[in-house]
Amino acid sequence: MADGNTITARGIPAAIAPPRAGTLQRLARRRSTLAFLMTLPLLAVIGGLVVYPFFYAIELSMLNKRMTRFVGLDNYVFLLGRETFQLVIFQSVLFAVSAVIAKALIGFVLAHVLHTLPARGQRKWRGMLLVPWVIPPAISTLAWWWLFDPSYSAFNWLLAGIGAAPVPWLGDPGWARFAVILVNTWYGAPFFMIMYLAALKSVPDQLYEAAAIDGASAWQKLRYVTLPMMRNIISITVLFSLIVTFANFDIVRVLTNGGPQDRTHLFGTYAFQVGIQSGDIPLGAAVSLFMFPLLAIFAIFILRGVSRRTKEGL
Amino acid sequence: MAQVSLRRLVKKYEGDVQAVKGIDLEIADHEFVVLVGPSGCGKSTTLRMIAGLEDITDGEIAIGGVVVNDIPPRDRDIAMVFQNYALYPHMTVFENMAFGLTLRRFPKDEIRRRVDNAARILDIGELLDRKPKALSGGQRQRVAMGRAIVRDPKVFLFDEPLSNLDAKLRVQMRTEIKKVHQTVKTTTVYVTHDQVEAMTLADRVVVMNNGIIEQVGPPQELYHNPTTKFVAGFIGSPAMNFIPARLENGAGALRLHLPEGIVLPVPPERTKRYAPHAGQEVLFGLRPEHLTEEKPTDKANIATFQVRPEVIEPMGMETLVHFWLQGTEVSARLDPAVPAEVGRPLTLAADMNRMHLIDPRTERVL
Ligand SMILES: Nc1ncnc2c1ncn2[C@@H]1O[C@H](COP(=O)(O)OP(=O)(O)OP(=O)(O)O)[C@@H](O)[C@H]1O
Ligand SMILES: [Mg+2]
Repeated sequence: MADGNTITARGIPAAIAPPRAGTLQRLARRRSTLAFLMTLPLLAVIGGLVVYPFFYAIELSMLNKRMTRFVGLDNYVFLLGRETFQLVIFQSVLFAVSAVIAKALIGFVLAHVLHTLPARGQRKWRGMLLVPWVIPPAISTLAWWWLFDPSYSAFNWLLAGIGAAPVPWLGDPGWARFAVILVNTWYGAPFFMIMYLAALKSVPDQLYEAAAIDGASAWQKLRYVTLPMMRNIISITVLFSLIVTFANFDIVRVLTNGGPQDRTHLFGTYAFQVGIQSGDIPLGAAVSLFMFPLLAIFAIFILRGVSRRTKEGL
Repeated sequence: MAQVSLRRLVKKYEGDVQAVKGIDLEIADHEFVVLVGPSGCGKSTTLRMIAGLEDITDGEIAIGGVVVNDIPPRDRDIAMVFQNYALYPHMTVFENMAFGLTLRRFPKDEIRRRVDNAARILDIGELLDRKPKALSGGQRQRVAMGRAIVRDPKVFLFDEPLSNLDAKLRVQMRTEIKKVHQTVKTTTVYVTHDQVEAMTLADRVVVMNNGIIEQVGPPQELYHNPTTKFVAGFIGSPAMNFIPARLENGAGALRLHLPEGIVLPVPPERTKRYAPHAGQEVLFGLRPEHLTEEKPTDKANIATFQVRPEVIEPMGMETLVHFWLQGTEVSARLDPAVPAEVGRPLTLAADMNRMHLIDPRTERVL
């Protein structure tokens, strides 16, 4: 027993210890080293543009208004106690969740409609439906703003046409929230549509044929074949869109600028108002950092499902 | 279970591709029918029309006496096994097999009973909780068959179910399919381009070519009495030799004049049948297995002639010898014990009882 141990203990290092000469050369030739070297530029970019600003923001958020003194978590505590900020949290969640649900539903329906069109007509419609997504949102939101405008509003003109009372689209908190969600949905639905269309095309036709023979109706094919096959792409698009929508800035900024009475502020616009317009940069940094834990929770849940399904081979 | 009738069935695809050109076929209850033919001959199209996955351009399909032209697949009570299995990747083996029954609202214990029974027949009881990704090709094949069996449908449809398997597994699964059919006895339509599969599985083989049916019959009949040159050449491996020849009538006996001065006597029993064609150019058809070394037999109508082999292929259980008669390649199957050498004259014996004569213009067997 003891003999055996000694042999192994002495044997292993002798076997794998490389000769001293050429160690560096060998290291350079290893695939993993090469891969690391080749990703180095990307790592530098990520470090400079993501990691550094992130930690800098954390540092900033712990300073006082003049950025002369370290105040710990005071900014966060202050924010949580403020009613406007509680409103901003609620509004951001409401905005992101309802806009993402609406975008996903509309995108799904559009993708299905497109998928059933014959190939030639499909390309034309696909192009047209993508338009909202390719126009810079600041510009298209201006057009929407004009449609909502109280005195020249095209919508109110239509309402008047059917004899209904005019709606204060951007003046009333409820309608203003509806308006920003509507515009965001209009802007983002084409992204879902194109992703779902690609996913639909990747489901093998034979699965639908097998389901048809197994006795599935159109609805049951959707329920038992299409949806399960698309679960990963749905999860990932929803997560991606949640992140982007949560951090939305331009639509609210152009359409309502957070008003009326701060009732449409999101994290992004509120951080801008507090940090840049009112000049309290540390407080603004604290506002935007509040997004991080919320999004992290979403991401963990969604990505866990994705990786489980990937392991099962979907 | 039911019979299947195809009547003047036609399929035109967009762009005027006529894939099926009016075929008639009666498939009896419990029968195992194999559609066989070269790629693109319309086998899959025919099968998919029976399944209801393709519209019927013209003609009629009846299952169990009911015309199903306008009945969707789910109401036709058929089950299909696809070439790449088409298992639902997000469902376990059990769920895959149970799906059709679940949709039809079968009670849970009935589903359990049927799936277990099918799993026992196919020997996949251990795999019921796995997802298709965790199965081998042969296991997926079994699950796909299980999905068909549990439904207990009127008709099974198979579209080249074995072509994704390796050679050894294919032979094994072929036996398996035959066994399953003997157990459940469901009427089966099976598509393949492999004539060995067709011969071994079928009660009746349907040879298709170019959208039409060339010949229908039991495997042995297609082998011994093909009615067209296509069937004669398609069934059997290696393929039948076709040698241009002239049929001559000399002194009451018919003779075949082959290239290079070879003359073979036609058996007297065939004189009446071939006499009207005397003096014509014909194609002489003889399978390689009927062109062998000389054997010490007393069988009548064996004709011998000498050739110079040009290619010799030892196969183990036999040796294939190839030679050319004025540009026509001819193969013979010899006992491996026969010493054959390239270029050395070799005496071959043609079993004229097995000969075929084909009219080269109509390509029909005379
Ligand atoms: N969807 C389609 N549109 C147009 N033509 C088609 C379509 N499907 C098949 N065809 C054509 O119809 C003919 C018959 O096709 P089919 O798939 O029935 O052949 P097959 O006998 O099953 O061949 P294989 O052994 O290669 O599977 C072919 O010429 C094919 O090109
Ligand atoms: Mg086919």
